[in-house]
Amino acid sequence: MRVPISWLKDYVDITLPIPELAERLTLAGLEVGKIEYYGVPSGDSSDGHLVWDREKIKIGAIVEVKPHPDADRLTIAMVDYGGDALEPCVNGAPNLYPYKGQGRLDPPLKAVIAFEGAELYDGHKDDGSRMVLKARKLRGIENRSMVCSEKELGLSDSHEGIIILDPNAPVGAPAQDVLGDIVLDIELTPNLARCWGIVPIAREVAALTGQRVRYPSDACVMEGPPIEGQAYLKIEEPALNPRFTLTLIKDVEIKPSPYWMQRRLVLAGMRAINNMVDATNYVMLETGQPIHAFDYDILVERAKRVGDVVPTIITRTARPGETIETLDEVHRELDDFTVMVCDTAGVLSIGGIIGGAESEVYDASTYTLDAHGVEYDAERGKADARPRGTTNILLEVASWNFINLRKTLAAQRDRGKEVNSEAGQRLSRGVHPELALLANKRAIEMMRRLGGGTIAQGCIDHYPAPPPVAEVDLPLEFVNRLSGITLASGEVVNLLTALEFECDLRNGGTVIHVVTPPHRLDIDPHDPATARADLVEEVLRIYGYDKIPNTLIVDELPPQRSNVALEREERVRDVLVQAGLREVVSYRLTTPEREALLTPPGAASSWPDAPYVVLANPTSSDKVAMRQTLLSGLMDIAAANLRSVDRAAIFEVGQVFLKTGEPLPDEPPRLGILLVGPRDLPAWMDQNAPESMDFYDLKGVVETMAQALHLPDVTYTPAAHGTFRPGRTASLNVAGASVGVFGEVHPLVSRAYGVPEDATVLAAEFDLAAIQNHMADDRFRVEPISRYAALYQDIAVVVDAGAPAADVQAEIVQAGAPLLREARLFDVYQGEQIEPGKKSLAYALTFRSDTQTLTDKAVAKMQQKVIKALEKKFDAKLRV
Amino acid sequence: MLEELEALNDEARAELVEVADSEALRTWELAYIGRNGQVTGMLRRVGDLPPAQRPAFGQRANEVKNALQAAYGEREQAIKAAELAERLAAGALDVSLPGRPVLTGGLHPTTRMLRRFYEIWADMGFQVYRSRDVEDDMHNFELLNFPPHHPARDMQDTFFTTEKDVILRTHTSPGQIRAMREYYPEPIRVILPGMCYRHEQITARSEVQFNQVEGLAVGRNIRMTDLKGTIAEFARRMYGSDRQVRFRASYFPFTEPSMEVDVSCILCDGAGCRVCKYTGWLEIAGSGMVHPNVLRNGGYDPAVYTGFAFGMGPERMIMQKHGIEDIRYFWGNDLRFLQQF
Ligand SMILES: [Zn+2]
Repeated sequence: MRVPISWLKDYVDITLPIPELAERLTLAGLEVGKIEYYGVPSGDSSDGHLVWDREKIKIGAIVEVKPHPDADRLTIAMVDYGGDALEPCVNGAPNLYPYKGQGRLDPPLKAVIAFEGAELYDGHKDDGSRMVLKARKLRGIENRSMVCSEKELGLSDSHEGIIILDPNAPVGAPAQDVLGDIVLDIELTPNLARCWGIVPIAREVAALTGQRVRYPSDACVMEGPPIEGQAYLKIEEPALNPRFTLTLIKDVEIKPSPYWMQRRLVLAGMRAINNMVDATNYVMLETGQPIHAFDYDILVERAKRVGDVVPTIITRTARPGETIETLDEVHRELDDFTVMVCDTAGVLSIGGIIGGAESEVYDASTYTLDAHGVEYDAERGKADARPRGTTNILLEVASWNFINLRKTLAAQRDRGKEVNSEAGQRLSRGVHPELALLANKRAIEMMRRLGGGTIAQGCIDHYPAPPPVAEVDLPLEFVNRLSGITLASGEVVNLLTALEFECDLRNGGTVIHVVTPPHRLDIDPHDPATARADLVEEVLRIYGYDKIPNTLIVDELPPQRSNVALEREERVRDVLVQAGLREVVSYRLTTPEREALLTPPGAASSWPDAPYVVLANPTSSDKVAMRQTLLSGLMDIAAANLRSVDRAAIFEVGQVFLKTGEPLPDEPPRLGILLVGPRDLPAWMDQNAPESMDFYDLKGVVETMAQALHLPDVTYTPAAHGTFRPGRTASLNVAGASVGVFGEVHPLVSRAYGVPEDATVLAAEFDLAAIQNHMADDRFRVEPISRYAALYQDIAVVVDAGAPAADVQAEIVQAGAPLLREARLFDVYQGEQIEPGKKSLAYALTFRSDTQTLTDKAVAKMQQKVIKALEKKFDAKLRV
Repeated sequence: MLEELEALNDEARAELVEVADSEALRTWELAYIGRNGQVTGMLRRVGDLPPAQRPAFGQRANEVKNALQAAYGEREQAIKAAELAERLAAGALDVSLPGRPVLTGGLHPTTRMLRRFYEIWADMGFQVYRSRDVEDDMHNFELLNFPPHHPARDMQDTFFTTEKDVILRTHTSPGQIRAMREYYPEPIRVILPGMCYRHEQITARSEVQFNQVEGLAVGRNIRMTDLKGTIAEFARRMYGSDRQVRFRASYFPFTEPSMEVDVSCILCDGAGCRVCKYTGWLEIAGSGMVHPNVLRNGGYDPAVYTGFAFGMGPERMIMQKHGIEDIRYFWGNDLRFLQQF
């Protein structure tokens, strides 16, 4: 909300420099996002805003508007600025035309006059540039001054005409003193809904700076016939409409508001419309209470239509099938909880939210009056049974159950018919019913002062459901225990009293009995535990959070537990980083269609057929459901990166989301790996470009991981999976069960994700929970290192081409045990010298004993044993 | 013959001075002091002398040979050193050429930051507690003191799913309820990291998903000053020992009182800069004392127990620390971004 300081000063003395005040408000929870200066200095010249020169920009009185001898569009304003002579001021302001050649003006027009040397905004430019006023001839007439528009002073964008001030503006005063202002832009959290008004802000300022609030008066001049008998009121649902007040003013004239009011409204962020709308908006901005004006004559007309004489306002919930056309020209269906303001002829408005199109106060100046803050063009030929000139207004100020208003707003929004009204916004955050009568009297009196007319005597005030008053015993011990600081009961009382809580000490001063003031709904009236916490907050807000010291927890330390799943997950990350991979984190939101790209067109999907977790309100079409796999995201990341780099070796750890029969989905953690591009980075010293990574690069990563994580009983078996290239897909098996597949991504899948045709993508997706479950805890066994030298032997055997190398290896290891310590495959060969259908596998064997130095003879014997075993099992031939 | 020996000595010495490389040295050695060298030959010819001259000549010839051998040794060393120096000089590299590129891996910046959190908070006795991403309305809102239609719900732009009352968590606070219900009646000190979701347009400043780390302490004597001191301790560990911390009143439905926590700007030290919007302070956490209703919903009696809670955004903190101005970098996974960490 925007708070003009000049307005705030009506209700409280400002005793701090504005930046300090802003800081205090911010620390107390009223966050001042911005301080705007209009014409006055800020104390910090570096912020560069325009400061109006006190000597060169003044208030003047235009005593005559003379025609320019040589230019129809220009006039010469004769300005009395408190100097010795009148200042002739050549100008083109259209709002001075009507006064041209009228002779001496009585009363004169008050304006702002700037003299040569004054710095102003350039009224003819829209880029915020400034100019320094220079003396020059305008169509032959020497001119050294200017009457200013709002734009030239930086007050608004209006450059239609010059500012015409109210008649009481003091001639000769520096413009700074009359029009200069500072606006605080305050962001209000939902618990501070009560502060959404200038008076409530004044209350906070007073409490924070030790001042008193000057509350606006509710005095009203009520001289017309009593309102009783001219309108009736009936509330059917007190819980939803706890209070409703009505006042009536007759023969009021609709016209523009005085300049001071327009100025305040604009500074506070509203537009000035006319005196009646402005009066309701002004009082709303002042008190926080929205106000709604009905055209009384239309209500009378409607009453007559159904055989009544006097309008009866009825508030009730909407009836089945009932609808309303609201003044934003939307036809609205209503819910059975929506509270309507009606008369005997039907619905008039949605209570607290928006008026109906029919009963609004009509304004000959094209705008319909709507104090809900909704503007619309009223050229729609509605009720004009009444003579123009003056109007009779029935003023509604009511209180509503704010939760119910929120339901109503939500229901309209869900129908695609969102209501944007100032009243709806304010009332749906909670406005205390206590404000209604005060605001009504303020507004009706304001209307009378601005538009004349006569206020009917009395108010209709039905208040069937006053909110419960929160009254609570606050033990001093609790305040100090929760806050950690030590306050005396007297201090607590003072702090609360500053905010108008009524306090008295009980139990020998150890308990403070607190009664909540009648403008607050935020102190829980039902739950003392909550109310006490609410009150501690109020105490500390005013005490000053900046005075809270630091302490360390002295409370008992909870039992310490380790988070095994997290520790193991982090270990997996470390191992993959050590293997040279980079971690990525992708969106967990995707589309089923995107993930379907993992299955080549026409092929059967190898992915589980679980339903997706689907968003009801996605914000973009590529993020509508929670992912079921990491691979799709990794493919996207690879494709995107390959546009700028030629290599990616990445992994991701994170949940996927699989719907089961339960409302909440399974969220199993997964590990995804992807490799694409050259094996090494290119280097100037290498003749040839590095080769592309292939299946065995990925296999190497998987093996390294399995080893580093101490996974037990790891095997790799051929696997079939639609996402991967047939014949180049493997399953990683741990302790006899597959934990996922890896391999070369099917070229059609790569293409679908936009990976370049020539790039071979290797990828894996593993069940991370299974891996975590199989990971050894940190007590894995470490083998001793033998003191004896090893002997090395190479052998090459020829076996069927189809025999899996892993099986041959397993046989070698088994047959060579226990002296054979390692069998490293170093060559696989097919071709010349080898029979077709066969392959040669060459192994480097390492033999070693832990207890003695091996002899050549012993090794030869072991080697023979290995060869025999291979001959027997694979019909292998030793290759020489 | 003695004269011949002396002449040979002179000749050999003169030649040795001229010897410049190993090959010439070898030739010299063969010519004079090798098995068939001239000096060795003269020694062998000692028998040709009259016996009376033999001892003197023999002694002198041995002297000459030994001296020449010593000179040879010195010369050999000098030549080898010179040759080595020459060989090394010939092997000089252009050290300004780039080195062979090394392939490295690395963690995502968010993971790095989360680990920093785990480490610092663990030192203060806070353990990691994780809970689900897809939550129900009950845990994400109601049990955290957000009744249906409460204005506070406006602060949380929520992704709803097509399943009734199932949403994507908007904060990790549902974990507060889950942790309390799991650990009651033990005192609690946990941090709750995890991915959260907000119904937003993706821009340089807002994301649909982001990590949050919340903290929760519950006990019989947990005070607001503890909250401030604990976060101050965290800030000092995270940003350096001279950090100042301040509270600002704020509002969260699940805490009462509620405070924002600011830390003196890590870039300008409080003088004011672009990152801190010239306030000298950076907002690092929302926090407060656990609301009585939330304690109750977790099973803890608010008459006996108090607690504090706070929430921080690791991505925001990384952005502040490294001057990153576009939050979309995090899930964009451009390797040119990731490799800078
Ligand atoms: Zn800064």
